[in-house]
Amino acid sequence: MYPIIEIEDLNPEVVRLVVEAPAIARKHQPGQFIILRIDETGERIPLTVNEVDPEAGTVTVVFQKVGATTMQLAALRPGDALQDLVGPLGKPTDFGNAKRVAVIGGGLGCAIAYPEAKELHDKGIAVDLIAGFRTANLIFMGEKLQAACDSLIIVTDDGSNGHRGFVTDALRERLNAGIRYDLVIAIGPVVMMDFVCRLTKEYGIRTLVSMNTVMIDGTGMCGCCRVKVNGEYKHACIDGPDFEGHEVDFTSVMERSVQFRQYETQALNNYRRQHPEATMRRS
Amino acid sequence: MSDIKDRGVLPDGRHRPSKDQINPQTTKTPMPEQEAPYRIANFDEVALGYTPEMAINEAKRCLDCPKPKCMHGCPVGVPIPHFIEAVAAGEFAKAYSIIKHRNALPAICGRVCPQETQCESQCVLGKKGDPVGIGYLERFVADWAFEHPDELEPVTDEMTRSYNLPIARERGTAALMANVAEKARKEKGTSDPDIYDSENEDDDLDLDYDAAKARVAGRKVACIGSGPSALTCADELAREGVEVTVFEALHKVGGVLSYGIPEFRLPKSLVAREVATLEAHGVHFELNSVVGRLYDIPELMEDMGFDAVYIASGAGAPIYLGIPDEMYDGVMMANELLTRTNLMKAFEFPWYQTPLFMGRTCVVIGGGNVAMDAARTVRRFGADVTIVYRRSREELPAREEEVLHAEQEGIKFKFLTNPVEIIADDRGWVRRLDCVKMELGSPDLSGRRRPVEIPGSRFPMTVDMVVVAVGNRPNQLVQESTPGLAVDDRGRIRTDKSTHETNIPGVFAGGDVTTGAATVIQAMGTGKEAARSILGYLGRLS
Repeated sequence: MYPIIEIEDLNPEVVRLVVEAPAIARKHQPGQFIILRIDETGERIPLTVNEVDPEAGTVTVVFQKVGATTMQLAALRPGDALQDLVGPLGKPTDFGNAKRVAVIGGGLGCAIAYPEAKELHDKGIAVDLIAGFRTANLIFMGEKLQAACDSLIIVTDDGSNGHRGFVTDALRERLNAGIRYDLVIAIGPVVMMDFVCRLTKEYGIRTLVSMNTVMIDGTGMCGCCRVKVNGEYKHACIDGPDFEGHEVDFTSVMERSVQFRQYETQALNNYRRQHPEATMRRS
Repeated sequence: MSDIKDRGVLPDGRHRPSKDQINPQTTKTPMPEQEAPYRIANFDEVALGYTPEMAINEAKRCLDCPKPKCMHGCPVGVPIPHFIEAVAAGEFAKAYSIIKHRNALPAICGRVCPQETQCESQCVLGKKGDPVGIGYLERFVADWAFEHPDELEPVTDEMTRSYNLPIARERGTAALMANVAEKARKEKGTSDPDIYDSENEDDDLDLDYDAAKARVAGRKVACIGSGPSALTCADELAREGVEVTVFEALHKVGGVLSYGIPEFRLPKSLVAREVATLEAHGVHFELNSVVGRLYDIPELMEDMGFDAVYIASGAGAPIYLGIPDEMYDGVMMANELLTRTNLMKAFEFPWYQTPLFMGRTCVVIGGGNVAMDAARTVRRFGADVTIVYRRSREELPAREEEVLHAEQEGIKFKFLTNPVEIIADDRGWVRRLDCVKMELGSPDLSGRRRPVEIPGSRFPMTVDMVVVAVGNRPNQLVQESTPGLAVDDRGRIRTDKSTHETNIPGVFAGGDVTTGAATVIQAMGTGKEAARSILGYLGRLS
């Protein structure tokens, strides 16, 4: 069992969870992820790690309440424990010899963009962080993001924070201003990563994306996390989760992302019947 | 050796039955099973097991050959005629002890071993009729033991030595044989594995056992993976006093027994019970521990104090067809289907929260046991299922019993058929599978006739679900994280065929990770052999 140390809402949809898992905390590197299972009847879900504290022996994950499992997870309290937690999984991010990097987070992806930016920033590499949210009241971790980069731009789809636009707009602006990145890291919705890649391809900038696919075992066995990369099937759980964005076939990733929708709805309805107090805020 | 007509006691302690004690029945006592129309609506076990009367009846068919061949067909050396004799006498507890001291997982082997190509293929009764139902009897004994825990005799070293079994003289207990091998190495300067069968070592057997055991007691060994090979190895080592830790990547122990083989063939409660008997022997299990990520082998041996490592991480990585396009929705690898169903219990969705995508018309591609398991699983979810296989029925690699069960359950077969393209609608959902007809040409390297495409034979099949079951290869996580470990061009770990040691001292490997996907019992056999050489290795450490 893996005890929950801390749990807090970062915004109406996003929750931060700190779990005790000393062995994982000791071994984890930026870019890697964990898989957890809440209880005996639970499903295994992959979550990317936001932060680890090797001394305290804790692992922090940030997740969005979108389905039955994440709503159940959000309802846990310190003193509860997770039945299973496995990690670190996946390969650590390969930053190469980048000297100037743009890290782009979209929504929940900012929680994962944070450790990537921080790792680079701590190494003394120039990092610009572009964070995109739908609207201003969803912005989270603003101060942490600020501290993990040389410059932070936060944009919102509706302009409610004063900066209207998509992350691609903000990136294009910087590129047009003559800033030459040798690496772009994009983490967020598949559509966003796709559009970032189209843009960076024009400029010939190496771009890493983090694929957050459905997974079960996390060890390369089931094949359900497959992503077509350069015409080959790669498993996000062992070959990724980071891939060279210009080689990823985003269309098939998007198509596959809806494969379980009817079952997810069924599970969610089932959960809400059993937990009438649970609400779902989703635009 | 006594004459075959001589009724009485054989040198190994068995009693030859008199003619009127032998059941002259020429066919195997059939095992009751759930009728197909009922069983396709549930996930309960298909075969229901013998009653004690059926078991005794079947056991009495055994002739108690003075030189039984059946044992030679058993990779783990179960003293088959001895346990059958006990069953025939109604001494089920004794039968269990006899099996269990050679085989760590009898309830599992009794169900999933291909007996028809192993022990039963050697049975002399098989020449004129059915061989003795050794697998059915093993299963009966194991199940009986689980239901009568209070009546069991503990399996002790003394018991192991008290059986004057020919197999014990050949193989001995693990530590003892390691000791014999060690002695031979010192005296003759050879570690030739044939020494295990050498008769002139017999005299020393009884003398050296305790010394052998004392040399390995308290040593620490890590097993990577918790499938049949690792479990067997762990059990052998633990019984000699070695401290064994098994590292399992998933949240359940058992490897392919837990995630791969369906509930209706191997109930998971049985796997849990067999594992519990290992825990009772002192085997320690670390779940959720992916070696290659959380730990690596240098760490295990240098920082964590393990004296030796046994890698049995299996062949879990799926092989793709390589046709356009396996990304479509509704297309899945058999591993996904089976893991969701067996490990995650998707058949109880949404009570168990893992879903499984299910179509109405499904094609399963492949002809092995995994393809049969996949097809029969899909059938139980209510879909119409066709198995597409590129060779003919005769070449099906699956066990005949599995093929028959599949046919009984209404699963259709299209032989000499090879898929060439998966076609989806404009939103990426699979709608059609295009195949070509094949004919058998000249034999290939495997000795089977190579299927050749018939030109112009392409035809469509309307489907909304495709399951790919064309094989698995070893996962590379352990290999990639172990500097210098020798691996062949197919990602299998290279080992010495007799000692199962890798090119790294103290690191051993066995099971599917060294052979590619094979059977449970073969993996168990190498687990057992590896345990013996690990004991030898530990004995040489000072």
